[in-house]
Amino acid sequence: MIVPLGHVFLLAGLVFAMGLVCLVAHRNLIMTLIGVEVMMNAAAIAFVAASLRWQLMEGQVFVLFILAVSAAEISLGLALVVSVYRRTGSIDPDRYNILKW
Amino acid sequence: MTLYSAIFYVLGIVILTATALAVTRRQPVHAVLYLIVAFLGTAALFFLLGAPLLAAFVVVVYAGAIMVLVLFVIMLLQRSPREFGLLSEWGPATLLGVVFLAVAVAMVFKDDRSGIVLQGAVAQPRDFGRFLFDRYWLAVEIVSILFLVALVAILHLGKRREAGDDEAERRTNPVESSSGALDPAAEQRGINSHGVKEGHR
Repeated sequence: MIVPLGHVFLLAGLVFAMGLVCLVAHRNLIMTLIGVEVMMNAAAIAFVAASLRWQLMEGQVFVLFILAVSAAEISLGLALVVSVYRRTGSIDPDRYNILKW
Repeated sequence: MTLYSAIFYVLGIVILTATALAVTRRQPVHAVLYLIVAFLGTAALFFLLGAPLLAAFVVVVYAGAIMVLVLFVIMLLQRSPREFGLLSEWGPATLLGVVFLAVAVAMVFKDDRSGIVLQGAVAQPRDFGRFLFDRYWLAVEIVSILFLVALVAILHLGKRREAGDDEAERRTNPVESSSGALDPAAEQRGINSHGVKEGHR
């Protein structure tokens, strides 16, 4: 009635790949966190589609937990970014070389 | 093509375009603004796929709370590292994404059952909440503990560094006590004076 399941999974896979590229390519910690958010969003889309495919509500429950974990992750990640910015004055991960001898 | 499938493809194009624009921006502020569009499209997609409560949560939590939080932190940091659109930086990342996507597409479409057309159904918020607290109440409690842990960690990260910096700055150079950004040399001074302070206690 709506669309084939594969098309929804294809959409989720495309969004996930974009999040992966964003996570790897940028040298800005905030863009890295945004990439993780995009990937979690893609996982949520796939879970909702699977929930509709098998007509079970567990998929939607899992999306709720994905939302909660994502919120905790982004807030903790941003706190870490602010903390590390205060330490080093930069949010470029290439410049964190205090431990390197 | 029914109306629902047309809506799905339009939403898919909106989500993909907004996400692609978001991940290629150099300025994080622009990326966050495009990402809000992507999350609103995702919320509409959830509504289409029969999850109205989750659609509301995505609007409230993702597009509302998290993105505003990211915007505030961008405002606090005020300096972005210089990024170059070099092939040596974006090439391997794009290659990784393309390889991942090829494997995913092969896995999805190798299965014949991926062509099954979804049947429309709606999980009413009342049924969803009853189901959640009936069967997964323990997981909900565990998630609340996760939030508590995150809260404690954030308080720890924010408070201790601030107190240490103030002490260190006041001891070493009282003039620049309000500078937020420290270079590594000042950070080493901070560690030393902090150690001295610990020694006094």
